[in-house]
Formats: sequence, C-alpha cells, structure tokens
Amino acid sequence: MDLLYDTLFNGLAIGSVLVLAALGLAVVFGLMGVINMAHGELMMLGAYTTFVVQNIFKAVLPEALFPIYILVALPLAFVVSGLAGLLLEKTVIRRLYGRPLETLLATWGVSLILQQFVRSVSSAFAIGLVVAVVAGILVPRFTPKVWWQQRWTPLLGTGSWIVTGLVGVVIASVLGEQRVFDQPWFSARNIDVTAPVWLRGSIDVGVVNMPAARLFIIALTVVALLLVNWFLQKSVWGMRIRAVTQNRTMSDCLGIPTEKVDALTFLIGSGLAGVAGVAVTLLGSVGPNLGGNYIVDCFMVVVLGGVGKLAGTVLAALGIGILSYVVGSGSLLLVWPAMPEGLNAVITFFATTSMAKVLVFALIVVFLQIRPAGLFPQKGRMVEA
Amino acid sequence: MADLLSSRNLRRWLPWALIVLVALVLPVVLPPFRLNLLGRFLSLGIVALGVDLIWGYTGMLSLGQGIFFALGGYALAMYLQLNELKPGELPEFFSLYGVKSLPAFWQPFNSPLFTLVAIWVIPAVVAGLLGYLVFRNRIKGVYFSILTQAALLVFFNFFNGQQKLINGTNGLKTSTARIFGELIGSDAMQRNLFWLTVVITVAAFLLCRWLTHGRFGDALIAIRDDEPRLRFTGYNPTAYKTVVFAVAGALAGISGALYTVQSGIVSPQYMAVPFSIEMVIWVAVGGRGTLIGALLGAVLINYAKSLVSEALPETWLFIQGGLFLLVVLVLPDGLVGWWRQGGPGRLIAMVGWPPRTATYPALDLDPQVVAEQDQLERSGGGQG
Repeated sequence: MDLLYDTLFNGLAIGSVLVLAALGLAVVFGLMGVINMAHGELMMLGAYTTFVVQNIFKAVLPEALFPIYILVALPLAFVVSGLAGLLLEKTVIRRLYGRPLETLLATWGVSLILQQFVRSVSSAFAIGLVVAVVAGILVPRFTPKVWWQQRWTPLLGTGSWIVTGLVGVVIASVLGEQRVFDQPWFSARNIDVTAPVWLRGSIDVGVVNMPAARLFIIALTVVALLLVNWFLQKSVWGMRIRAVTQNRTMSDCLGIPTEKVDALTFLIGSGLAGVAGVAVTLLGSVGPNLGGNYIVDCFMVVVLGGVGKLAGTVLAALGIGILSYVVGSGSLLLVWPAMPEGLNAVITFFATTSMAKVLVFALIVVFLQIRPAGLFPQKGRMVEA
Repeated sequence: MADLLSSRNLRRWLPWALIVLVALVLPVVLPPFRLNLLGRFLSLGIVALGVDLIWGYTGMLSLGQGIFFALGGYALAMYLQLNELKPGELPEFFSLYGVKSLPAFWQPFNSPLFTLVAIWVIPAVVAGLLGYLVFRNRIKGVYFSILTQAALLVFFNFFNGQQKLINGTNGLKTSTARIFGELIGSDAMQRNLFWLTVVITVAAFLLCRWLTHGRFGDALIAIRDDEPRLRFTGYNPTAYKTVVFAVAGALAGISGALYTVQSGIVSPQYMAVPFSIEMVIWVAVGGRGTLIGALLGAVLINYAKSLVSEALPETWLFIQGGLFLLVVLVLPDGLVGWWRQGGPGRLIAMVGWPPRTATYPALDLDPQVVAEQDQLERSGGGQG
C-alpha cells in the first residue's frame, strides 16, 4: 500500500509543477486568446534566475544565509520572467492583437531567440547587445527631426537599426578577444541547482516517506493558487481581468483600460512561469531546452481544462501529471500484481515515460470528442467559441 | 525587353525558364553535394505546398505536418531495408534487439507496388482520420494548432520508444541500401533522384494549382475568411477541411519519402516539434496563399540555413527567430505577396523615383496617405 501512496505523491508533485506552469498560460489564453509559445522559455528564465541567485549566495554572502536563497529566488524569478513577458507583450503581442495564429508564430520566434541567448550569452555579447539597443533607441533623438517625416524614413529607420546592430556585433567581437569577456555565462550545458539542506531530506507522514523538495513544490503551488484566486476574485484589477475575459468590447465601453489589463495579465502569467521555473530546478538539472519539455504538456492542460475557471486548469494539470507518472513509472504492475494477462501486457507496453505520454494524449483527444471545449468551457451565446 | 518583363509575359515564360534551369543546367553546374542539397530542399518544397494549402488557403495552422512527412519516409525506408534481402534474412538492426521474425506490419512492404501507394495513402489516411475527429467538433484556430502539435509529440514518442519494431531513435538508414542494383548513396543515383524530385515537385505544384483554382479553392478561401458564413450558406466545411488536410498529408508523405532517400536516413527527428514549425515559416517567408511562394520559401530558407550553419552555427537560431518576428510583424504576406502588392515600387519610390500611379505621385506617396492605406488594409484584412 505504501507504494501506491508513494506513486500518488510523486504524481502529485509532478502535477503541481504543471499546475504552476500552466496557470499563467491559461489565464493569458483566457483573457487574450493568445497562445504564448515562449512560455516555456520564461520558465527557463526563472530557473536560470534561481541558478544566479544561488551562485551569488554561495560566493558573496555568509554561509549561514545560504538556506534561504530559494526564498529570495522566488520573488526575483517572478520579477525577471514577469518583466520579460511584459516586454514581449509591449513589443510584439500588442501589435498582433486579434491574430492568434500569427502571435503563436511570433512567440515561437521569441522562444528560439531566448534559447540561443541563454546558450551563447557572455559578457562581450551582453555589452554589445546593450550598446546596439541603446544606440538604436537614441538615434532618432540626435538626428534632425525632419529626417523622420520623409518618404525615405522607413529606410532610415531600418538602416539605423542595421548600423547600430553591426556596431554591437563589432564591439562584441572585439571584446570577445579578451578571455574575461568571452566566457559564456551559462553555455549550452545543463546547470545544477543545489537545494538547501532543509529541502534535501524527507519527512515521514504516516506510512509515506515524502521528499521535502516535492513537499515544498506542492506547498508552493497551493500558495500560488490561493494568491492568484484571491487576486482574481477579490482585488479590483482581478475583477477587471475577469470582466475583460468575459466580454472585451463591453468592458472597454464601460471604461476598463483593456490595454493595461492585458499588460498586467501578461506580467502575472509570465511571472508565474518564472515561479514554476524555480520549482523545476528542485526536480533535477535544467538546461536551455527546459521550455520544450513542458510547453506541450501545458498546452494540453489549457485545452483539457478549458478557460472558464481556475479549477479546470488545476484538475487538468493534476490529472495529466498523476496519470502520466502512474502509467509511466509502471508502478501499477507492482501495486496490483494479480492483473489479468491482457491488461498486464497493455500496461507494460505503456510503462515508459514517453509511451505514457502517448497514452495520455490519446485519452485527451478522445475526451475532446465528448467535450470539445474542455472541462469548464466558458459560457456564452456566440457562434464562435 | 520591357515587354518581356511585363507581368503577363513574365508569368508565361518564367516558370519554364526556371524548370529548365533547375532540371537541366544545375545538375551540370553544381557539385554533387550541392545538387543533393538542392534536391532535398525541393522535396521540402512539396511539404511546404501542403502547408500552404491548409494554412495559406484554408487558414488552419497545422504544427504536425512532420507526422505525415516521417510516415512517408518510413514507408519507403522499410521497403528499401527489405529490398534485395535473401529469403529468410532480416534487416540488420533486428538482430540487435533479438527479434527473430519480421513484424507483421512490415510484411506488405516487400512489395514495391504497395510501397509506392503506401507512401502517400498512409499519411493521407492518418491525416484524414485525425482531421475528421478534430474538425467534426469544430475545433479550430489555436486549439487545432495545439492538438496537431500534441499528435506530433505522440507519434514522436511512439517512434522513439519502439526499438524492436522500427529501430527507435536510430531510425532506418537508406543510403547503404540498393535499388536496381545501384547504391542509393551513389552520385549517379542521387542525380536520378534529383530529376525525380524535380518532376514530382512540378506535378505537386500543378495539383495544388488545380485544387486552388476553381470552386474547391474558393471554398477553402471562404473557410479561411468566414467559416460560419460558408456553413450558413449550406456548405459543409468539415468535409472540405478533412479533404484538404488529407491532401496536405499525402503531399507531406511524398515529400518525406523523397527527402529520406536523398538524405540517407529517416529517424524520429523528422517528427521533432521545431521541424514542423519550421515548415510553416518557409511558407510564411515565401508568401502564404501563393503556391510559388511556398516553394521559393522552402528552398531559400533551407539554403540559407545550410549556409549559415556551415559558417556560424550559433547564429542560426537568432536568425530563424528573427525571421519569425520579421515575417509576422513586417511582411505578413511574405516575399511573393510583397512583390505582388507593389512592394518593390514603393521601395524605389522611397529613394525618390516615383512609380506610375493611379492619381498623382505626390498624393499616392504622401506618408500620411500611405499610413492610412496600411491601416485600412490591416483592419479589413485582419484574419485569425
């Protein structure tokens, strides 16, 4: 019986990470109808923030403070990912409003750039980038204003960005000659985050032995859920978000600043991705490809849960997480040895992580045949759902 | 000369000139390695045609074309593995996993005729089935994209996990197989395959042209622009969508088979998530909703990719990501669309060489007027 609880507990932990990761995606999708393919990369940013915070605590601060680094990393990861998401919304997604498929492609482009950025960023690279961006922004200020009202202004704009970009590349490659600047910060290899001591042990609850890290993840998820739920239900901005989700045009007419609501929601959704990134570092080593491993699962959660209620996201994420863990680990066979022969063969066939995914996704497609809009569909009377 | 360049005449002679150039001149000029690359890119053009049919014309963004691409590749590779084996022999990799007899689903691939049909029928049937299940429930837009991506991942995991059936991650090698007594990897064989690719690409192009010109094509465009309206007019969008998705699947299968024999291997990597999204960007850069754009985009982007990856491998992802952003934000109709909407003329006009315009150049090119025009086009042509 212990084994059963053990399996369920581990599945619950995996599902909790999925809840955290999919929560932000679901809120944003419900509000703006935007699928953010870079969501996984925002998680990755959260994970790398944890790594950086840990290294700072190791190198600079007294050893006694090390155990609490993860509590510092959590809000920082939220801020870093949230700001990255805000930038993405302001520069890209806002321009593509009402064109969800184009948004999907654009955010995929962003995710590729972020992945490669983490792999190849070095001091030289970062300095070159900052110089290029700052120079590019400053060019219009230091050139005659008349230049920017001409027929050839678009050419000038493009040209100035190309030139500043080249200047950045030149600076980066000149600095890259120096060894100090050329060292990549993270490189393409996976990074390991050492969990603080108090998260390394395990706690016995009744018959079940619970690893503290996973318990922490579950607790974190519960807290995050409560906070998000409080924010959406009780706060003024939460009410505005819900209003815009239900009927954007009407909210706009009634004076709700929909653009601000969009930006705020995107910030919060991205920040939650960052928090999920912190949780992922506790489960094992992470790398630039982290996003790709989670993103499709998160989409499945959104599709299965529907966008009407938070409960849909939670149920769907826990369901997918637990089911794929229970099937994939093959522990069903150990729990129930006296299984009939035919069933036994089927379960063995699916008892690897990748084959469990096959089964879970197939089940989701079947489920969508019965309820095409997910567990908790948004109610409405429109032709187009 | 000026007459030859007018758009009507251009349409008449340019395609033939291109075909002659690609089929007759390039095989002589290019070294075998480059020719082989071009052959691969042309076969990728076929899958791009399929993506264009379903995305550019019908407005359904499939992120799972890799499934059908790989299925076609696997079908041909299985035949090539079995071809010229003595009776009772098994393909080599089976011995690694201790498989004693050929799995049943391999058996039909002994027959070349079956294989030739299977290359496009199996992907078409899988696509049709998947499409029917999804379209029947009126799942569309981003939901459709996500589901196709999930399906892709299902197939990817399945093919990756099944060592005993299809050699799992390692895939099936075709370059060392023989056909008509000739090694497939040899230069002479590769040149023949190149010609075959050219012929099939032209055929696929003509098929898509036939499909998109006429009532069927009109229905597809109607689905893209206003599906409920089409439904209320008494059409059944599900049938049209299923058919066009199956056709795109078949094209992907053929493309995958051609690509496999020219690259020498088929592996689950063909079903990797990024590869299928790349297919969309080929079409987007070339110009969606234009068939020639899909072909051009596939060849251009892949050529650029191979050049950049040879010189500066680290920068390719930056360039690719930038391309996604650029195409979506600045060139929504791709290169061909930009060309057709008078993009070059506008570019020349910017440096003070006004083109022929309907009214006065000073009026037509006034920045404010242009901006207004852009805005109108954007608000009118904004589609999901």
